[in-house]
Amino acid sequence: MRFIIALPYLWLAVFFLLPFALVLGIALGTSTPDSVPPVQLGFSLASFKLLVTDDLYLAAWLSSLRIAATSTLVALLLGYPMAYAIARASAARRPLLLMLVVLPFWTSFLIRVYAWMGLLSENGILNQFLRWSGIASNPGTILGTEWAVHLGIVYAYLPFMILPLYSTLEKLDWSLLEAAADLGARPFSAFLTITLPLSLPGIVAGCLLVFIPATGEFVIPDLLGGTQTLMIGKVLWDEFFTNSDWPLASAVAICLLVLLVGPIALFQRQQTKSLERRP
Amino acid sequence: MRLGFLACLLTLAAASAHGQGQVNVYNWSDYIAEDQLKRFTAETGIKVNYTTYDSNEILDAKLRAGKSGYDVVLPTASPFFVRQLAANLYQPLDRSKLKNWGNLDPRIMESLARLDPLNVHGIPWMWGTIGIGYNVPEIRKRMVNAPVDSLSMIFEPSIVSRFVDCGVMVIDSATDVLPAAMKFRAIDPDSKVAEDINRAGEVVKAIRPFVRKFHSSEYINALAGGDICLAFGYSGDILQARDRAANAATPRDIAFANPNQGTMLWIDVAAIPKDAPNPDAAHRFLDFMLDPRTAAASTTLTRYANANLAATALLDPSISGNRAIYPNADDRARLYTISAGTPEQIRERTRLWTAIKTGR
Repeated sequence: MRFIIALPYLWLAVFFLLPFALVLGIALGTSTPDSVPPVQLGFSLASFKLLVTDDLYLAAWLSSLRIAATSTLVALLLGYPMAYAIARASAARRPLLLMLVVLPFWTSFLIRVYAWMGLLSENGILNQFLRWSGIASNPGTILGTEWAVHLGIVYAYLPFMILPLYSTLEKLDWSLLEAAADLGARPFSAFLTITLPLSLPGIVAGCLLVFIPATGEFVIPDLLGGTQTLMIGKVLWDEFFTNSDWPLASAVAICLLVLLVGPIALFQRQQTKSLERRP
Repeated sequence: MRLGFLACLLTLAAASAHGQGQVNVYNWSDYIAEDQLKRFTAETGIKVNYTTYDSNEILDAKLRAGKSGYDVVLPTASPFFVRQLAANLYQPLDRSKLKNWGNLDPRIMESLARLDPLNVHGIPWMWGTIGIGYNVPEIRKRMVNAPVDSLSMIFEPSIVSRFVDCGVMVIDSATDVLPAAMKFRAIDPDSKVAEDINRAGEVVKAIRPFVRKFHSSEYINALAGGDICLAFGYSGDILQARDRAANAATPRDIAFANPNQGTMLWIDVAAIPKDAPNPDAAHRFLDFMLDPRTAAASTTLTRYANANLAATALLDPSISGNRAIYPNADDRARLYTISAGTPEQIRERTRLWTAIKTGR
């Protein structure tokens, strides 16, 4: 029994703490491009110092946060009504609706992003349709803009928003809403005072599941985004592959993790505490 | 990406299998004719474990991590092979095992020897240039006498700006584009002086508003599919786009030109990593790559020129006589190669490139 309880901690230690320690070790080393591996272990803060002094990294980080935050918000606004509709659907139809949400995962992520390229490009299916239908004779190109990055992130991560939202909404005691209606609350105010607060854990979980991977996203901005889209994932790639600077790449990864996961973990703990306090 | 890298590390264990009768080849995708690989196994009994990559950076990261398990790899001479040489990643070749060595093109060998003195560590496989790919009617429609064979087509804002509406892409590579921008300003393209690099940066910054995207490979499909009409990229990539566009349902007329100011010569080099598990089989594989039949069949597949003089006679004249694939003597006299630079110079260059691309 004790072993089973220890299992998640063991998992965390082997697959999170250990790699984290390795990356931290490399981040504290010095870059030696002419050796194998190209890093000399030690205790040097030079890489972290460069991160602070060069505004490129801050700009990339802020730009990633901005894109991730707006995409998360859009995913929430789209995902909430969908999760709500699934939760209120008849028990017989729910499995089908849930399966439709999960269905895209049966195709490779990369192929789905490529499919968006085919849809959004200059002579893509979307523009061909716009021209053919006469809606727009000279439509612009979405591919290669930040719009396409947002679209790609919202599309790819929407199921991660819907599923946790659904699982909280599904457990909701709908008789509370009936009681509110009996006491004269309009549907909208009943939603604001009952449904929304009670689904907060789902909202937090969904937002985190979208926001965290979106911040470090590399594939979507690389394929759908344009040249001007600066994201921390691309900066990390450049440090590791173009500059062969493992310590700096590791330092970027560490900072990304600490600056992202730290506040989020605190926030989540706060959330669960405040929920526990509630009667 | 980190996950991908971990996956790479995991596959290393599988790749490092020992054995007399096999050779682990790590090559660019579509870079050697497959029927030739079968011939190699039929003639030597050596099994080829063939895996592919699509960027120098992936190969570089694997080699630098150590114990890659590969016997034959094909990095691009500069800046990758030369930096890997500095890190002592390759073993000297045993020429007594390479009886086809004499087939190699001495001019390409000479260019390569500037990076690898006396050609000790690598044999040139394919080579090509960087140049201008364009959609012939779309360009003509916008500018009748467009200087398609000049760097000003890309780097002169008043010219490149005319093609914004039909789309311009530039290869996403600081080491390829900045030297070309220096050449455009008549500066030594191999200069590592900060002032020269910054002047090249200014050139690219000035045209950035007219470039739809900087990307390592997207211009191939975009040019072939009519999404863009002008690209600055690798000769072979653009020739591939041309062939694809010519055979499409609605054919497009794509052409390639080397800039008349001179352009960069890139060479992909076959080399044996220091810790290769099967060095003997690796030498036999290199000797097989030096066989004119192998080189000719692969050039027919890739549309890249090979560094094998004996192979030229085996090629279809439409390939060996194509100036875009085999530049003429005048073009060849104007080719240049680029040295690697120090880690600080590389960092500065990458930094400048990111700043240019993101418009900061």
